[in-house]
Amino acid sequence: MSEDRFPRGRTAIVSTATYGMGEAPGLSSIDLAVSASVRALGAVGLAPSDVDGLFIALPDDFLSGLTFAEYLGITPRVTDNNRTGGSAFLTHCMWAALALEAGQCDVALVAYGSNQRSAAGGLVSAMRPTAYEGPYRLPRPVGAYALATSRYMHQYGLRREQLGAVAIAARQWAGLNPDAFMREPLGMDEYLASRLVCDPLSVRDCCLVTDGAAALVMTRADRARDLSRRPVYILGNAASTHHRDITSMPDLTTTAAAISGPRAMAQAGVTPRDIDVVEVYDAFTINTLLFLEDLGFCAKGEAGAFVEGGRIAPGGELAVNTNGGGLSCVHPGMYGLFTVVEATQQLQGTAGARQVEGARLAVAHGNGGELSSQATMVLGTEETL
Amino acid sequence: MIPSSPSSPSAASSGAAADVLKPEQAYFAFLAQGRFMIQRSRSSGEHVFYPRVAAPRTGALDLEWVPASGDGIVHATTVVRRKPPEPAFNVALVELAEGPRMMSRVEGVAPQDVRIGMAVKARIDTVDGKPLVVFDVVQ
Repeated sequence: MSEDRFPRGRTAIVSTATYGMGEAPGLSSIDLAVSASVRALGAVGLAPSDVDGLFIALPDDFLSGLTFAEYLGITPRVTDNNRTGGSAFLTHCMWAALALEAGQCDVALVAYGSNQRSAAGGLVSAMRPTAYEGPYRLPRPVGAYALATSRYMHQYGLRREQLGAVAIAARQWAGLNPDAFMREPLGMDEYLASRLVCDPLSVRDCCLVTDGAAALVMTRADRARDLSRRPVYILGNAASTHHRDITSMPDLTTTAAAISGPRAMAQAGVTPRDIDVVEVYDAFTINTLLFLEDLGFCAKGEAGAFVEGGRIAPGGELAVNTNGGGLSCVHPGMYGLFTVVEATQQLQGTAGARQVEGARLAVAHGNGGELSSQATMVLGTEETL
Repeated sequence: MIPSSPSSPSAASSGAAADVLKPEQAYFAFLAQGRFMIQRSRSSGEHVFYPRVAAPRTGALDLEWVPASGDGIVHATTVVRRKPPEPAFNVALVELAEGPRMMSRVEGVAPQDVRIGMAVKARIDTVDGKPLVVFDVVQ
């Protein structure tokens, strides 16, 4: 491969917004995405007409880039509605950084919204089973993640209590976040007694089904300092994938985050040990374990022990999913953009009761499909440049 | 077109529609004849499942149909829980002796008794009037 170049620190997130977190009846997915977008833009004195780089993927609209441009009456120079599942938004940020750096656009907007809780009442997946797999009636995506979990348990002796530690930590962080959907404490007994969906995963291993929207605004670093008191710089950003359906995953216990993570961190010139805040796409409890390993925070097979004893909970050694994650904060179909929004808020020091003191470096990690598409961002404050 | 022999028409001859490899149609037509067939790349010898028009990585257009041995090992397994009284059922990933993995289910034992590492053997079942590969535990 050619040299892995990325414009480290030359672009920045200047503003983020969320909207309709939890339940937002009466609004469509595009209504929600626009609601978050105009707020993110307005907070730094920008209007939709300033946006010349548009990055969006809605769950129910394969042409959402066109829909969004029409809705707000804008004519972007760059329109991208690439969809790699829930990781898409982190790939959007990567392309936005490259487009900004190349002078293809000056103000990039990354947006997402979904009304899946109010409209559908269940997770809406873009995945369609093939003729080879449909007849076996695996509920997807949960069944695919359950298969991966079974394999991980077989290889590494993972216990359900260790998956429970992930769910409980997420709920503890959610308890500190007024925007989180499920904030009441979750105990281990309750976790272990929760209804199985696809063994070994129970309802408490599964992400929420909510409405919600998020948006962020990116510019080149020089302009970022004029727009924001505390820009958050993109230090590294890389993506990888090697399959769509779980059946074709080369190793059910190792995701392509083992490729995207080291690449993003090398671009940023940091190691996992340097990271203050970790936001990973926890569609299911097994995700957090796999990503902690694949991103290099612990060795393969050791994440179960790593998360025990409150190590990733508030007050623990490593702050993971500080908003409560997809498990307890918000999961409107695709959660990826919310990892970046939370990482940004932590680095801007605006995370309230859940603020990680002195956070300077954050990793946001998105997952798409069935542990398929992985995208990693390393974000930093001005001091890390 | 119902394939009549294990070897598909040559992939190198790309002219007439009848000569074009149609992976999904051919696979299910074989199954309907009671034959569990998978593909193998002539150049590399690598077996391929699910059926494709080109071999992964090499892109070789030399995939031919060969009988699967039907031997497999359970690679991953789950119990799909349903609202009672609908019974729970098994879904497993089976690693075929030839190398590729496929999604299926293991029958003849309770869904929660399917174990990773179990030796299983393919059987063609009929579900909703269509042929489907399922696996039985090898005793």
